[in-house]
Amino acid sequence: MNDLAMDAPYRPAALDRAQQGLLGKPIDRYEAREKVSGAALYAFEQAPENTAYLAVVQSSIGRGRVTRVDAIEAEAAPGVIAVIHGDPRMPTGEGNSRAMSAIGKDEVFHYGQGVAIVVAETQEAARAAARLVQVSYEETPGRFDAAEVEIQQDHKLGFLPPVNRGDLDTALAAAEVVVDRTYTTPIHFPAALEPHATLAWWEGDKLTVRTSNQVIGGAKGTIATALGIDKDRVRVLAPYVGGGFGGKTGVGPEVIFAAIAAEKIGRPVKVALTRRQTAYMVHHRSPTTQRLRLGADHEGRISAIAHESVAYQNEDSAFLEPVPFGTLPLYAGEARRFRTDLARIDLPATGAVRAPGEAIGTFAVECAMDELAEELGLDPIELRRRNEPARDPTTGKRFSTRRLLDCYDNGARRFGWDQRAATPGSRREGEWLIGMGMAAALRGNFTVNAEAEVILGDDGRATVRTDMTDIGTGTYTILAQTVGDMLGLPIAAIDVVIGDTDLPPSAGSGGSFGAGSACAAAALACEDILAELGRRMNAAPEDMQLKDGVVTATDRSSPLADLVRGSPISAKGKTSPGKESQATSQASHGAQFAEVAVNAVTGEVRVRRMLGVFDIGRVLNEKTAKNQIIGGMVWGLAYALTEDGIVDPRNGRFVNPDFGEYHVAVNADVPQIEAYFIEEIDDSANPVGAKGVGELGIAGSGAAIVNAIYNATGVRIYDMPVTLDKLLPHLPPV
Amino acid sequence: MKSFNYARADSPEAAVRAGGRFIAGGTNLLDLMKLQVETPEKLVDISRLDLNTVEEQDGGLLIGALVPNSDLAADPRVIANYPVLSRALLAGASGQLRNKATTGGNLLQRTRCYFFYDTHAACNKREPGSGCDALGGFNRIHAILGTSEHCIATHPGDMPVAMRALDATVVTLKPDGDRRRIPLGDFYRLPGDTPHIETVLESGELITHVALPAPPPGARQLYRKVRDRASYAFALVSVAGVIAVENGTITHAALAFGGLAHQPWRDPAVEGALVGRAPEQAAFDAAADALLVGARGFGHNDFKIPLARRVLITALRDLTGEPA
Repeated sequence: MNDLAMDAPYRPAALDRAQQGLLGKPIDRYEAREKVSGAALYAFEQAPENTAYLAVVQSSIGRGRVTRVDAIEAEAAPGVIAVIHGDPRMPTGEGNSRAMSAIGKDEVFHYGQGVAIVVAETQEAARAAARLVQVSYEETPGRFDAAEVEIQQDHKLGFLPPVNRGDLDTALAAAEVVVDRTYTTPIHFPAALEPHATLAWWEGDKLTVRTSNQVIGGAKGTIATALGIDKDRVRVLAPYVGGGFGGKTGVGPEVIFAAIAAEKIGRPVKVALTRRQTAYMVHHRSPTTQRLRLGADHEGRISAIAHESVAYQNEDSAFLEPVPFGTLPLYAGEARRFRTDLARIDLPATGAVRAPGEAIGTFAVECAMDELAEELGLDPIELRRRNEPARDPTTGKRFSTRRLLDCYDNGARRFGWDQRAATPGSRREGEWLIGMGMAAALRGNFTVNAEAEVILGDDGRATVRTDMTDIGTGTYTILAQTVGDMLGLPIAAIDVVIGDTDLPPSAGSGGSFGAGSACAAAALACEDILAELGRRMNAAPEDMQLKDGVVTATDRSSPLADLVRGSPISAKGKTSPGKESQATSQASHGAQFAEVAVNAVTGEVRVRRMLGVFDIGRVLNEKTAKNQIIGGMVWGLAYALTEDGIVDPRNGRFVNPDFGEYHVAVNADVPQIEAYFIEEIDDSANPVGAKGVGELGIAGSGAAIVNAIYNATGVRIYDMPVTLDKLLPHLPPV
Repeated sequence: MKSFNYARADSPEAAVRAGGRFIAGGTNLLDLMKLQVETPEKLVDISRLDLNTVEEQDGGLLIGALVPNSDLAADPRVIANYPVLSRALLAGASGQLRNKATTGGNLLQRTRCYFFYDTHAACNKREPGSGCDALGGFNRIHAILGTSEHCIATHPGDMPVAMRALDATVVTLKPDGDRRRIPLGDFYRLPGDTPHIETVLESGELITHVALPAPPPGARQLYRKVRDRASYAFALVSVAGVIAVENGTITHAALAFGGLAHQPWRDPAVEGALVGRAPEQAAFDAAADALLVGARGFGHNDFKIPLARRVLITALRDLTGEPA
């Protein structure tokens, strides 16, 4: 095992010598043909013989406990095999590596919680019978109204403790200009296109689940914990995942339900949540209230920065949205205060949704910066330039790589930022008010433990094996590119095997850490293979050149296949965080620009174009990286303008838990979007030098749009999303 | 979904005799059945009936009930003579849905009220007598005109709004073999205390056609839809306008509104405030006053009142050539 903790910057020399020219190129997806032809089978798309179907009975109260389940009618319904309730292994909610939801409890933590399951011969029969299960409750008053609940400052939730540096109050009092604004953001549903689905079956005492999950290694442990069995008895398969957006980082209750049902009836059991069920049984992004205070002198130098928020969680869960996470390293300023208070509420769990912290935290701070720039009469980019820190202003750590200023400059030039009207509301085309806005984007970079095995086979083909997932992000492709460059093989000569916990444990897809960590592990494995090839060639690795399956040493060359015939080479690589990870402040960065048109009659906002320039370390694949960045920018557009999960405060139900009324952006909303990269390989991040890209695009994009709306109209909205009813009272008369 | 019986009808006469809920495109009904908002015992599939042509009749058009929204929007005669209808159709749903949705079915599209869709919620339309959770709840998309204490839901359609402004007539066939011609203005009911009864159709009565009279000569037509996103969202406010101006005087005005009421809304007082007057701001203001004199918001939808005024006035300017 080539086991490398990031104790110091590291880059495999073979990556610099690579002849194959794969990394960085906009190479088509490795599994594209399977996906577009339907050959790629997702979790729900296989049914072994004798598969039964599961439907979840959901709580019809918001808080209390189950007193009785009457299944007589449901059990008698056509096609019903079993109704299961009261099994002590049944969880009340989603589990993950940090916390398991309560199990075996009759407690109801929120409306829509799974309280019983029905197994039947068909999905239709199961769902119909689920409505026949009569559940009795003892109902207790629930806390459903975010405005009414008590705020707890002293809590232990979340991974981000409060930060207090310097004397904020004094610094604010002394500041020549102060911006003090409170922003609110609503519930966001992760809304993956593939709903949560699982097929579970037992072979003897071994459980296999084929499921839609982002982090299958973690899922394996969570499932074992929930069922009270040894981890080795659980295998999780997720070869294809139709989007996750954070909502598939944990193990949903339906996975455990399916395992229990499969055990009970001795048959494979399959379940897919309905779209409306995903709102209740999958975590969502917490709504937040965020108070931003910035104090600066007349020159725009920030002396005080405070980002204090309230986020929500129910009694059954341990996550807390790390709202100011992206603000911590963003701007200079001696006095700093960051905290997130907790409001306990009896609603479905909140959890990590694409860029937890940064997605909505950078929204508030970047809108506040726009206001500060205006107060000061400074261009928003110039204000940011004046507050660009030399070291992490919160931790004092050095930055690994940070090209934020270059992103601003490059983006401003490409976008035509100099065309922005200095006076808000001054550019009009017919009914439309036109404006431009910008914002910084930042997402913390993480390296996590990841292993991979690479086998150079008899036939000269390479296989890379790791329990990574590809949630639409491009994992298959970048692993092939990494191995191809390291070993001098074309993509067609590489087999990528992922999505199976029998493979070496990897990072999974979450927190934007998957690509860098997994590719690093694969590259490290390849280093050992190169060493062995060197021995077989009797050449030092640095004297070898590998391309198209041929190894060339100084004076001779050999097909790879000849070197491994009868004696394949297998090697493992492992990467993990180390001293360098601790010593540096690491993040991906970007500058987001948007041009919007606001209808002066109706208040409708249409985004005309978006452009971003991003610093993500090494670009592993320009196409899949842009796919992710643009996808994030689109979500930023949607949370700025439309996405708004509404709770009925009378009973804790969601008002709009479907795609009809929870408005994600549709094609017609999405304008021309351009994304560019400024590439600087970050050798402190991981051995391939790639920083996270999957979540960066959503950071700042919403703020750029809201700032553009201000530039177009002269109206600032502090309550997301900016729907037309909020703008209407401020528009000129007709 | 509850089990149901299914039969396919091979003629309109057989369909009305079959005694069941008609299904054509199914773009609305199937969703509602999956949620058990609707639980018909029997579906009668009319999708293969010969009712999918657009014929010229009496200077106007006779549109078969099964003509898909996409086809109707693209019909050259519709584009040329009834552009308000074509635009309304294209403002609705998505391309895929418009390919499946039919003319007759679209007239009968049911409300998108959140509480109608949530079978745990109180809804007099879904379950008469159970109450209305929209009244004291989140009601941003709800009606401001013609509401009752029992229901504040809106009709969600676009096509019917344009048809209302075009004085369309619904042609039906009843189980006893009688045919009826129902002006669209008489077709929909207000919620009153029976919000579950949405039209004047009798049990088993089948829409076979929609008849459009000849368009008013010299009139300009417009459909404007205001919504939360650029596509695939229901109207917060929409207006279908057909206006003729001769010698500086408005001679014909037909204005229908979506998103405001339990039915495509049309009010003679609005048109009365316009016909015979010069197309000027004063007349437009008077029309808006007439439209909104009885308007009532329920909290989250209060914004529809000023929004409807602004949209109407702007639409009138566009229709009469006033500079914006």
